[in-house]
Amino acid sequence: MDFSQFLSYIASGTVYTVGVTLIALPAGLLIGTILALLYVYGGKVAARVMNLYSTVFRGIPPLVLLFILFFAVTRGVNLSAFWAGSLSLGMVSSAYQMEIVRGALLSVSGDQLMAARAVGLSRLQAIRYVVLPQAVRLAIPPWSNEAAIVIKDSSLVYALGVPEILRRAQLIGASSQRYLLAYLSAAIIYFLLVYATTRLLNHLEQKLSIPSNP
Amino acid sequence: MPKPILTIKNLTKIYGQNVIFQNLNLTVNEGDTVVIIGPSGTGKSTLLRCINLLTRPNEGQIWLDDLEITAKGTDEDQVRQHIGMVFQNFLLFNHLTALGNVKLGLTKVKKMSEEEATKKAMHELSRVGLADRANHYPGQLSGGQQQRVGIARALAMDPRVMLFDEPTSALDPELIGEVLEVMRKLALDGMTMVVVTHEMGFAREVADRIVFMEKGHIVEEGSPDEMFNHPKFDRTREFLWKITELYGKKEKEAE
Repeated sequence: MDFSQFLSYIASGTVYTVGVTLIALPAGLLIGTILALLYVYGGKVAARVMNLYSTVFRGIPPLVLLFILFFAVTRGVNLSAFWAGSLSLGMVSSAYQMEIVRGALLSVSGDQLMAARAVGLSRLQAIRYVVLPQAVRLAIPPWSNEAAIVIKDSSLVYALGVPEILRRAQLIGASSQRYLLAYLSAAIIYFLLVYATTRLLNHLEQKLSIPSNP
Repeated sequence: MPKPILTIKNLTKIYGQNVIFQNLNLTVNEGDTVVIIGPSGTGKSTLLRCINLLTRPNEGQIWLDDLEITAKGTDEDQVRQHIGMVFQNFLLFNHLTALGNVKLGLTKVKKMSEEEATKKAMHELSRVGLADRANHYPGQLSGGQQQRVGIARALAMDPRVMLFDEPTSALDPELIGEVLEVMRKLALDGMTMVVVTHEMGFAREVADRIVFMEKGHIVEEGSPDEMFNHPKFDRTREFLWKITELYGKKEKEAE
């Protein structure tokens, strides 16, 4: 087997890695944003519940949660390992993304919300048109960090047997006995994925930045 | 016979154990400029925030024209449309241009069309002399310009009364003049205004009535002439002397 075949075998797992990420990250963002809004604007009880959610999900290793959710969920529903893994990672990520969005909301809120209300906007309008657009911009840098983490954590679904990059590296490493080369190849592919994503988000951050004089 | 726009009766605000003010009474007539002065921590800003319901008073009533806005079930958003507020720290919406700041209330609250709102917003920006800065973001404007946008944003809603919460306190001395000039023009145009400020020159020249507040009470109120030249209480005289001395110096330095 020549090296290009070797690499292309591992790289073909990228489809799964990207797939898991593209499900986990947006799912986490959607859930995280809704929970963050409830946390910040939903009153004391909601804040407590959200705090509990965040503490629990951030306090357990993702791999453990992955197994729990996989075996708990697949007992009732017929879910493929790919979907179970992706959704589990999405839930883990939602706790982190909730904290990111919450932080951004809190740092915009307060005065900006008051100013919007003073003009006559309802609370909902003020959040929608004044707080959120600014919070999104503040959230991009920490979110880019979380995106990188989710890409890397997607490797965990290998434990469920999903043939993504790491799983393939392991298989071909074992069959060819060239472990180091296999894992190095995997590392390079992961690195390129993370690097491209952070560059993209950097670009987005700059594009969305609000003009101001130095 | 002067027509009251704003009537405040027995207003009390308490934060925890802290009595901010108690049994406050104040009437503002149509077209009047009322300047509220007093040491910091006296409850002046809290009073303004009670008037547009950003904070709820513990007791007492406020009427805007004939409507009791402190009554249960009042539509706060509806009330705030009619009360313009200008903040010490401008509080422009940072992600919107000057035009966007003025337009937001028009399109979202007054439900004006995009075109109508732009026209109205541009009119208000010209009123404060900033039509040429319409497409600048707050971060690209000086403090004085930001505050003038803040005034235009409030004016655009065609409020019955404008509240100013120390509008020039956060400004460099050389930028204060342009903001006071806009406010002076507004007063001359007949806008009803309640202004919390330490600018004694403005108070003396523009105010119809000056209210001196201290420790949650109105110590004395009267025309600028009464307050500056024949105050009834020593405390009023003392405060006005101090503040005129202090700010008079600053104004001179700025010249």
